[in-house]
Parts: sequence; C-alpha cells; structure tokens
Amino acid sequence: MARMVTTQRKVISTVAAWLAGFLIFFPILWMVLASFKTELEAFAIPPSFLFFHWTLENYITVQERSDYVHHAVNSIIIAGGSTLIAMLIAIPAAWSMAFSPTRRTKDTLLWMLSTKMMPPVGVLVPIYLIYRNFGLLDTRAGLIFILCLGNLPIVIWMLFTYFKEIPKDILEAARMDGATIGRELVYVLTPMAVPGLASTLLLNLILAWNEAFWTLNLSTLEAAPLTVFIASYSSPEGLFWAKLSAASTLAIAPILVLGWFSQRQLVRGLTFGAVK
Amino acid sequence: MKNVLCAVAGAAALLISAPSIAQTTLTVATVNNGDMIRMQGLTNEFTAKNPDITVKWVTLEENVLRQRVTTDIATKGGQFDVLTIGTYEVPIWAKKNWLVPLDKLGADYDVNDLLPRIRDAVSVDGKLYAAPFYGESSMVMYRTDLFEKAGLKMPEKPTWDFVIDAAKKLTDKSAGVYGICLRGKAGWGENMAFLTAMANSYGARWFDEKWEPQFNSPEWKKTLSTYVDLMKQAGPPGASSNGFNENLALFNAGKCAMWIDATVAASFVTNPKDSRVADQVGFALAPNTGLGKNANWLWAWNLAIPAGSKKVEAAEKFIAWATSKDYTKLVASKEGWANVPPGTRTSLYQNPDYLKVAPFAMLTLQSIDAADPNKPTVKQVPYVGVQYAAIPEFQGIGTQVGQQFSAALSGSTSVDAALAAAQSSTEREMKRAGYIK
Repeated sequence: MARMVTTQRKVISTVAAWLAGFLIFFPILWMVLASFKTELEAFAIPPSFLFFHWTLENYITVQERSDYVHHAVNSIIIAGGSTLIAMLIAIPAAWSMAFSPTRRTKDTLLWMLSTKMMPPVGVLVPIYLIYRNFGLLDTRAGLIFILCLGNLPIVIWMLFTYFKEIPKDILEAARMDGATIGRELVYVLTPMAVPGLASTLLLNLILAWNEAFWTLNLSTLEAAPLTVFIASYSSPEGLFWAKLSAASTLAIAPILVLGWFSQRQLVRGLTFGAVK
Repeated sequence: MKNVLCAVAGAAALLISAPSIAQTTLTVATVNNGDMIRMQGLTNEFTAKNPDITVKWVTLEENVLRQRVTTDIATKGGQFDVLTIGTYEVPIWAKKNWLVPLDKLGADYDVNDLLPRIRDAVSVDGKLYAAPFYGESSMVMYRTDLFEKAGLKMPEKPTWDFVIDAAKKLTDKSAGVYGICLRGKAGWGENMAFLTAMANSYGARWFDEKWEPQFNSPEWKKTLSTYVDLMKQAGPPGASSNGFNENLALFNAGKCAMWIDATVAASFVTNPKDSRVADQVGFALAPNTGLGKNANWLWAWNLAIPAGSKKVEAAEKFIAWATSKDYTKLVASKEGWANVPPGTRTSLYQNPDYLKVAPFAMLTLQSIDAADPNKPTVKQVPYVGVQYAAIPEFQGIGTQVGQQFSAALSGSTSVDAALAAAQSSTEREMKRAGYIK
C-alpha cells in the first residue's frame, strides 16, 4: 500500500514538474515555432500549433539582411570578456569579505548593491559623454567595461554567500601547512567553491549576453552584439513577427546550448548551501 | 622563388601607384519599416554611382532608435551621419540648431514637388531641415463584404455618427467580428496619436493660446466618452493593449469591420500574402463631426544630417538620392509601383502607373492635404503638429495622458477621473517646464 502511494506521488510530482517546465519554456518554444511560419501564419487567429506550412524563409531573409556572425562574435567577446574580468575582481573581493570581515563589510556589500538600485537610463547621458571623450563609443572594450561594472555587485554578492559556506577551519589548516594567500585561493578555496563559481560564471554570462540597455545605447556598428541584431527586426508599424522570431532564435541559440550543457553545475551552484 | 618574389613586388608596386579613392563611410540610422528595408537593399545602386562613398546601416526599432539618436545628437556623439527622424523631432531639433539645413540637395531635387503639408512639417522658417522619405496620414479601412451584407454604404467622407452607428450594427461578438478596431495601447505615438486626431475633429485642443491644458473642456469630454462607449460596445476585447500591429493582425484575420489607422496600412491589408481579407477592403476619409476637421493625422519619416557632421557633402548626396523622384522610379523598376515610398511627392499622385496599382492613393493624398500641422484643430493653438504638439516635453506628457485614457478604456478608471488626472498632470509638467505660471 505504502509503495502504491509512493509511485502515485512520484507520478504526480513528475507530471507537475514537467508541466511547470513546459509552461516556463512555452514562450521560447512558441518563438521557435513562429520562426518557421510564414508572416500570415505567425499571427493567425486561432493560432496553429504544429500543423502549418514549415518554412526556412525567415532564416534566409535574416541571413541576407544582416551579418549574424559579426554580431554573435561581438556577443561572445563582450559577454565572455566582461564575465572573466568581473570574476577576476570579484573572487579576491568576496574572499576578503567572507574570511576577513571587518565592521564595515556589511555596509560595503550593501553599498555595492545600491548601485544596482538606480535605473541605468538615469546615468545614460553622463556615461555617454565620458565614452565620447575617451573614444569608447561603439568599441568592444567600452561595452566589456560597462557590463563588467554593472554585473560586479551581483557577482560579488553571489560569491560572498558561497564562500561563507566554506568552513574557515579548512583554510586555517592550509595556512598551518604554510600555504600563501595565493596558494590558499587557488588550491584550497577555488576547488571547494567550484559549483558556486561555475553557477556565478554562468549566470553572469547569461546576464551579460542578454543585457539590452547599454549594448543598444553605446554601440553602433563595429561593436554591436546580438541585442542590436534583434532590435533591428522589431517594428511597431508592420507585422514581422516570424522574422523577429527567427532573429531571436538565432540570438539565444548559443547561450541556450551552453546553458543546456552546464545545467548540472547551474543547479548544483544555485542550491549550494540551501540545505545546511 | 625569385619569380614569385618579383610578381609580389610588381603587384605591390601596382597597388601603390593605383590612384586611391578617399573613402567616406556614411553611417545611416533608420527604423525597421518596409520602405527603409527596401532602401537598404538598393544601396548598391547609390554606391555604384558614388564609388567614393560606403554606406553602413544601423536599423533599430522605432522607440530604441529615438532614444539612441536623441542621446547621440544631444551629446554631439557623432555616431551617425544620416538620421531617420519623424516630423515630431524636426522642428524641435532644428530650433536647437542640431540639424544641417538641406539647401544643397542639387538642382534636380525639385523641392517644389514635395507635398505642401509634408514640406511644412519638415521646414522651419521656410528652410528644409529634413528630406521626407515617406509620408502618411490616417483613414478608415473597412470590410466591403460586411458592409454589403448589412446593407450599409460607406460615404467617402463619413461622420462620426455614421461610423458609430455602423460599428454597432456590424458587431457580431458570437462570430468574433467587431465593428471597429482602434488603438488603445498607452503612448504618445500610440493611443494619443489616434485620440488627439479624433479630438481635433471634435474641436478639442491640447493647449489654448496661453499654453493652458484643455482637458477640462467639454470637447475633450465628448471625445473620450464617445471613444470609450464605442469601444465598449463595438470594440474587440482587451483593446487597451492594442496598438498598430495588434489591430493590423486583427483586421488581417477578418476580426474588424472597420479600422482607423495609418494610411501606410493600406498596402498591408490589401496584400494577399499578409491578409485574409485582401480583396474585401474599402477606404474612406477619417470621420468628422462637421466642424471642418477630420480625425486624421500627419506623419513622415525623414532623413536629416546632424549638425557638426564631418561628412555633410556625402550625406547630402545620399539624402538627395534616397528622396528623389529617380529613387521612386528605381523602386518601381525593381519591385513594382505598389512598393514605392508614398506620401511625399505631388508627381507620384499624377503618375497613372502608380494610381493603377494603388487604389488608396487618392485618399492618402486627400488625407494628407486635410491635415494641417499649423492649424490642426478648430480653435487656435500655440503649437505645431496634428496628433502631437511639437515641444520637447510632449513625449512625456503625451504618454502620461495616454496611460490615463488607456485606463479609462479598460474600465479601471472613469472618463471624468481620467480627464481630471490628465489635466492635473499636464498642468504640473507645463508649469515645471515654464510654459505657464
């Protein structure tokens, strides 16, 4: 009897999980489906789910009209570059705050986060002027810099919470064995924090990949990443939903694939320290 | 090996001695509309004639483009050489000296051929500050089959009374057909474009001669209550989130008996590739109330050069090419007359080839002619613009008022409360900006 209940429960929870997963994934699925429709079918009422005339026409048009590879390469460089630099700065910062906290550590952390409380458009004009004067407009370096700054508070916060879960005694033991700070960071702390580091890295990469305010406003042509590529297909006057869906599918494809392969680390990292 | 070296040296010498053409690269910022995309496709025709110029395109969604271009021009960022801007921006930016006056577009540009209303909209003190690429107004698009079935006949110049009556008769909610589809989504360029034009036909105005907001006037009350009642009885569900695209989708799917919106929609709703009702669409002027003004707007997308640009000469060449009569002929020869950019030149409306393929052409022209940006409504106003007031503060004010009116449409507030809120928020902003005390 008891066994019956377990199976039943299993079935129910599995079905519920799949249903929730499907609901969350549905907008993306719908976008992918729309990208294979004709413009007429894309807005058909009632909408057709699978039984429509499948076409690659939108992908061909998008390829003809814009340089996907150029935008994708920019996205990879900008998201990757800003993530790496943010990690390089954040690991030592989080380490010092987690293991040698001072009276002001909490305030420092909150102050860092407070920079995220202002909507970015509030500083658009000053940043634009600074970028103009330093020749950083429409450069990858400029975008890497601003995205790195924007994500740094979140990265430090995430790493700080992961590092705090690591028992201090282990680090002390390493020190007893004569490890320098550098060795302690690289050989003791980092391997223990791998799940946390991996999920922070991935989350930061996804945030940088999807960032659509600074990348749209500070780039023109040379440094324009995939967000600009998508924005060129959105139109308030004209129904180009199928083409927009095709462009969006192409834009999220790389990060989706990356997320798929690294989901084990992501899940482990996000639940790290949840059960104590 | 020696031979190879000789050949390489020879080739290098040739390359060095060849006369080099100094290349000018123009960065053109534009919106993602059909006519602009077509222009991008034809860029090679321009660069073939001007081998010293390379053209690069930055295409963005309208609102993103507006923010991007405004930031750049206000900070003199110099990222763009040619800008696509609307009739709203032209007078404001020209007065701030942000634009290069376009008086050197060449002898064969034929500036007198531009439609007078459109030319007015992009000129300040008689000087052209932007060259119109395509122009539009608004009109009624209706389903001829549904009208016939109901025994109704659309007059060429319908009144609001007729439109309201017909909309109620044509509504068949069980069949999913609604009498009228109108914009409801909040935004100065969304519901407020339509409602301001409608208000003009009811004799309302945004401001009086002393810049005092007029939402407490009986004319505005009549406009808004008529609109809300009409949409409640004969509009589609969820109309407060419908903009141009949503209504276009509804109309093309056969869900609307009438739709009042941009004339540029005419080519979409009559194209069998986009529309299920392509051969059952008729057109009429935007409705009036007999006060002498129709409920239609005036808009044009224009090409302009930012002041301080170092590539003015090349930019002028490009603009002259893209907005010339020859460009129209070029599009016609490549893609047919139905696809030429409409609404900017008188000569297009005298061209029999165009009139043959565009049954809506004369109505577009009449609609454009009927909209006067210098005298948009019945009473005098201190501003320029038909469905907007060309002052920098209007985007913010218009969107705030739009949100109130959208709330009145969805039923979350009453017509009176929405008008009162619109009045007080507009008063506050106008005081802050120093127009009134």
